Amino acid sequence: MRLSQLEVGETGIVKEFTDLEMSVKLMEMGCLPGEEVRIERIAPLGDPIAINVAGYQLSLRKREAYTIVLQ
Amino acid sequence: MKADIRVALVGNPNTGKSTLFNVLTGLNQKIGNFPGVTVDKKVGYTTLPDGRVAEIIDLPGTYSIYPKSQDESIVFSVLADKHNAHTPDLVVVILDASNLKRNLLLYSQVADLKIPVIVALNMMDMAKKADIIIDVDLFAKKLGVPVVPISARKNEGTAALKNAISFANKFAFQEDSIDVSTIAPELVEAIGRELNIDNPYLALQLAHQHETLKFLTPEQSDRVEELEKEHSFNSQKAQGAETIARYAFINDLLYDTVKKTVNAQDETHSNKIDKILTHKVFGFVIFFAILMFMFQAIFSWSLYPMELIADAFVWVQDSLHHVLPPGPLTSLLVDGIIAGLSGVMVFIPQIAILFAFISILEDTGYMSRVTFMMDKLMRKVGLNGKSVVPLIGGFACAVPSIMGTRTIENWKDRMITIMVTPLVTCSARLPIYTLLIALVVPNRNVWWLFNMQGLALTGMYVFSLISAIVVAWVFKFILKGKERGYFIMELPVYRMPRWNNVVFSMYDRSKAFVFQAGKVIIAISIILWVLASYGPGDRFAKIDAQFNKPQYTQHMTPDSLSRTISSAKLENSYAGVLGHSIEPVIRPLGFDWKIGIALITSFAAREVFVGTMATIYSVNGSAEKMQSVYEKMKQAKNPDTGQPVFTLAVAFSLMMFYAFAMQCASTVAIVFRETKNWRWPAIQFAYMTVLAYAASFIAYTLLK
Repeated sequence: MRLSQLEVGETGIVKEFTDLEMSVKLMEMGCLPGEEVRIERIAPLGDPIAINVAGYQLSLRKREAYTIVLQ
Repeated sequence: MKADIRVALVGNPNTGKSTLFNVLTGLNQKIGNFPGVTVDKKVGYTTLPDGRVAEIIDLPGTYSIYPKSQDESIVFSVLADKHNAHTPDLVVVILDASNLKRNLLLYSQVADLKIPVIVALNMMDMAKKADIIIDVDLFAKKLGVPVVPISARKNEGTAALKNAISFANKFAFQEDSIDVSTIAPELVEAIGRELNIDNPYLALQLAHQHETLKFLTPEQSDRVEELEKEHSFNSQKAQGAETIARYAFINDLLYDTVKKTVNAQDETHSNKIDKILTHKVFGFVIFFAILMFMFQAIFSWSLYPMELIADAFVWVQDSLHHVLPPGPLTSLLVDGIIAGLSGVMVFIPQIAILFAFISILEDTGYMSRVTFMMDKLMRKVGLNGKSVVPLIGGFACAVPSIMGTRTIENWKDRMITIMVTPLVTCSARLPIYTLLIALVVPNRNVWWLFNMQGLALTGMYVFSLISAIVVAWVFKFILKGKERGYFIMELPVYRMPRWNNVVFSMYDRSKAFVFQAGKVIIAISIILWVLASYGPGDRFAKIDAQFNKPQYTQHMTPDSLSRTISSAKLENSYAGVLGHSIEPVIRPLGFDWKIGIALITSFAAREVFVGTMATIYSVNGSAEKMQSVYEKMKQAKNPDTGQPVFTLAVAFSLMMFYAFAMQCASTVAIVFRETKNWRWPAIQFAYMTVLAYAASFIAYTLLK
């Protein structure tokens, strides 16, 4: 299951990343393996998405959310 | 000012770092440059309780000392360079108490560089509201540094922070966060030995960032590169391992110092606002409503102060002409330098208002929602959600907008944004459009409510946006970007704007505009003055002699005689000769030599057009007397055909030329400053000139 496959309001727990470069940037922002993430909303045009992670809101593109594997 | 201690402010974006900086330094601040880079350096001074003066450097907000953009790269280079005029004696790391976990990553990196550190724990009130309880004493004990709870917005705790700064240690006593040597032990050891660095984390950072660090010699950088190869160092893997280790340390740190009572996931204030502001329909409606209001404000609110400034300059010019003896020096000062200066100063109200709006939109957190909503659309044409802000700013002035592109991390996205921003109808084009439209478009209402002149003007604005988007789309295929674009961005919670920040931003940007663009405009207006005031050979003397004959002096009023003379002199000046020489080239666009002069002078700055037209059609008094320019231009006849010069075709051809041509020396200068390569302004100048010529030609041919 990938983060990009969740619907609005659903939660998941980060397991690993499929892209090294992206993982470094995501982890810096507190999106680490073991963290709970929730889809907050999707932009009006369908991309990017906003997630809740580590107590704040982070926006990322769907393509980037696809590199996050959930448990 | 001489400072006794140098303090750097470091922190995540949206933590209130700038607010703290403003509170600490007040108006006692200035913007400079870090050597060799274009990042603004904000420095201010504050007096400590013990009477010493502290210099405060506000470093750009960043999530980590691994830089993602040009602005962020300055943070590490300032902290790491020990032999620099900016090297801080002390770092104040500002942490958002309501989001400690992510904020502590940057703290732990800075702390490991072993510079004396103080922690300012900001937004304690917000944390309390979110039921987060922090054991500050235990927290300070575990970190091994002073921790001062503050509320920068309410100006609480800043006295205690100043006190802590005055008592700060000369040595770093903070606890180690992670064992750096486990990440790349041999490499860290080797770099430390060869470059004589005793801090393992600094050595590791040099391995990561040596290519961009200015303080390393090329030999040192090459040696680090060799060592990396020798020890097969993978920068991204090492960074990943380090980040995971740091978060393990942070979790351990927060385990017994921070308690968060879990509340039943009630919907936050920010979430409710977002439901409306990023709504599928209302989101865009509100965004466009805000934009409309902004333009309206930029134009209507600035009207009165702009008139005031223009009038003040006219008054100064008039009085100087009366006071000073006539001669070339007076003329250079009054008609060259002061006239040029007034051309810069009149834009201050518009720039100040634009930046007031931009800083309010940024401060409240709305700008990041605009970015969020527009990203998909902008990406299609090779731009980025973050390009929206500079493009909107371009409606006022391209110069500060191009400076604002620094927030775009991706090189290609940033370059394309810089390349197309000058196409957006800036405020300098407005007087030209209004003058030309008034000349050829009837002042009539169509469909009851729309004024035709207003429609034509709106059309020019919409046209400029469309052309910027099309050109961006073309550049998307031409430019080759090395890095991948990504869009990982914090959406900060909505907050009330901090009004003193808004005022500071208006002041800062206006000042930067006057000093940066002002220099260029004044230099060019001096050149223009010389070109328009002198002619080749004895042409001017001949004109004087010719008009000194009785048939002129007796039958013409002195006023109209002096106008005829100055008009004749302009035609024979270097500028006039230039105008005549380019006439064959601009003939297909419907322009004569007089318009040619205005085109040439406008390459310094578009707003010069009206002034030049005023001089060419020998209007008395100031260039601000638009009505008289209008009447002269309306009556202007082509000497060969007897038809009016400014027909619909000529006026629209001219507007097309001004829509596309890069007629702004300040923009050329700022693009060079931002890209640090003459190739970019050269490409921009070339493509815009070609487009201008083509669009003008098409407009003239179709409407003729």
